[in-house]
Amino acid sequence: MIRIEPRENPSRAFAIGIPILSAVISLALAAIPLLAAGANPLTAYGEMIKGVFGSVFALSEMLTRATPLIFTGLAAALAFRAKLWNIGAEGQLYLGAMAAVAIGSGYLDAPGIVLLPLIILLGAGAGAAGMMAPTYLKVRFGADEVVTTLLLNFIILIFLQMMLEGPLQDPMGLGWPQSAPVLDQGMLPPLMERMRVHSGLIIALVLAGIAQFMLARSVWGFKLRAVGENAAAARHAGINVNRSLFGVAAISGALAGLAGVSEVAGLKGYLTSDLSPGFGYTGIVVAMLAGLSPAGVVVAALFIASVFVGADSMSRAMGVSSFLADLVVSMSLLCVLVGGFLAKYRILRTREAVS
Amino acid sequence: MMDLLNILLSESFWAASLRIATPLIFGVLGALICERAGVLNLGIEGIFVVGAMCGWMAVWLGAGLWGGVLAAAAAGALFGLLHAVLTVPLGLSQHVSGLGITLFATSVSYFTYRTALPNVSSPPRIEPFQALDIPLLSDLPFLGPVLFQQTALTWLALLMVALVWYVMNRTALGVAIQAVGDNPDSVDAQGLSVYGLRIGAIVAGSALMALGGAFLTMSAFDAFFFGMVNGRGWVCIALVIFASWRPGKALFGALLFGAFDALQVRLQTEMGALVPGQIFLMAPYILSIIALVIAARSADYPRALLTPWFKGQR
Repeated sequence: MIRIEPRENPSRAFAIGIPILSAVISLALAAIPLLAAGANPLTAYGEMIKGVFGSVFALSEMLTRATPLIFTGLAAALAFRAKLWNIGAEGQLYLGAMAAVAIGSGYLDAPGIVLLPLIILLGAGAGAAGMMAPTYLKVRFGADEVVTTLLLNFIILIFLQMMLEGPLQDPMGLGWPQSAPVLDQGMLPPLMERMRVHSGLIIALVLAGIAQFMLARSVWGFKLRAVGENAAAARHAGINVNRSLFGVAAISGALAGLAGVSEVAGLKGYLTSDLSPGFGYTGIVVAMLAGLSPAGVVVAALFIASVFVGADSMSRAMGVSSFLADLVVSMSLLCVLVGGFLAKYRILRTREAVS
Repeated sequence: MMDLLNILLSESFWAASLRIATPLIFGVLGALICERAGVLNLGIEGIFVVGAMCGWMAVWLGAGLWGGVLAAAAAGALFGLLHAVLTVPLGLSQHVSGLGITLFATSVSYFTYRTALPNVSSPPRIEPFQALDIPLLSDLPFLGPVLFQQTALTWLALLMVALVWYVMNRTALGVAIQAVGDNPDSVDAQGLSVYGLRIGAIVAGSALMALGGAFLTMSAFDAFFFGMVNGRGWVCIALVIFASWRPGKALFGALLFGAFDALQVRLQTEMGALVPGQIFLMAPYILSIIALVIAARSADYPRALLTPWFKGQR
């Protein structure tokens, strides 16, 4: 007979150890698909490490990839803390990106000191608006935000295609569905010469720091955690639960919107409908690996970005499909989920007669 | 206005509606069984993908069409079992586990497809299910083309509606599944296995979901494409609430959605010059949200939905 019993004091070592172990296990499990694809796993791991840490360029690529994941990871982590299931970061990212090119690609020819903050603010605002709508439907009508945010992702993606073939289309773009480029003074400056890593990374890190501080130390963070742990008790204690939900919805949406701003105004320079290879969904994995801690999000985003960049480079060298990265990422989510169970409960063997 | 009437009265419109509804019927029924047992299965989107890929690949490898259907159901059941183990005995977050299953099933499918077919420019085709031509019935006016010229999988979906209705409402097993989603303690007190019932329901429901995916590659189209499921799984999660977890209303919801989708395609061709086509493409997703909002207020969720249950722990 097996019995499951909650642990008295979930130890801190688990909180850090389990995500690391999950990451290692999911990478080790990647040996199975690698073998199935006829590749030598050890050579493949070697190629992946070389692809991430082998040169300054590789490292810059990894940091570039991690930037949007920090934003979307924070978006998911904060919302999930309040048990607000924002699965719509993918759509909110595109809303932010659309706002960025709408204002930044010539509509307003202002100096950079005006234009860049405006792009960032509008992008964040568009993302926030994108999460306020499902939160309103949840609070007012009880419509499950998981489903509404998921469906909104598809609606926003179609809306994006409509905009890219309509008002936002580059008149000089030979009819391609892409926006006009963001003006030079509206771009986030690069961090290193001839590298793609850009100052969006700095914004992401600063926001992660602020989020970490606010969540742990501020009244706002306390209320947020209270709402997430037990909404009924929080309401009883006099916390305005709906206001907390709308607040975190706006912040979560804004962070996802900033991921879009950072990709458009930091990296690509213009908007296409394949700006994001699922950064919104991957942000959920980042948040879970981070144990919903903002500081953890930074570490988890660096790990996931390494997996993607490493797998891309390995794929080019060895011809194994780069979908391997998605496999590792999804397995790490399932591993960390099981790990969370082991941290919270212990499994005891008991004799039938005793019970 | 006459045009709209003409569309609504045409046989091809209703035949298309039923065709579009078919994968949703499988999906909503699958989600319904899981949720009636108390477990949300957000793995549905990924299970659609794995069903579509496995069904197609089995046929492509020479298993025959029904072999493909079986392969899809088995693959769906396998991923369902994984979700069941994570959410039932381990009692982990059904939201996160489901999303994890969707990401995992999708990436397994894409990786397998890419590895099996590394350098294809156009996806290889199979010979899909053909419309069943039933003598006499197929020649009936109106009903003939709408009902009796569908493929075998559409018929299987309709059969499943009846079967799920029968099991849920007329058998002890169905009563037990519903009880385990409402009040697992009472089921346990009767000496039935809460774990067994929940795991079984999730596995069966996931197998049905995978058939929805298989319909896409084996009946609606004849090949597998990346991104072909395109949110159909999520639509099912909205429709099951709209259907208040009842098989009959699930069929109605899926048909309504199918009719709406068929209508938007036709309106798009008629009015394409006036309005951007994307407006119509958005409509089905918007409709799903509206259906959800309407249904949510009076939704009678299974009472133990999302609540894990541990043996010997009240």
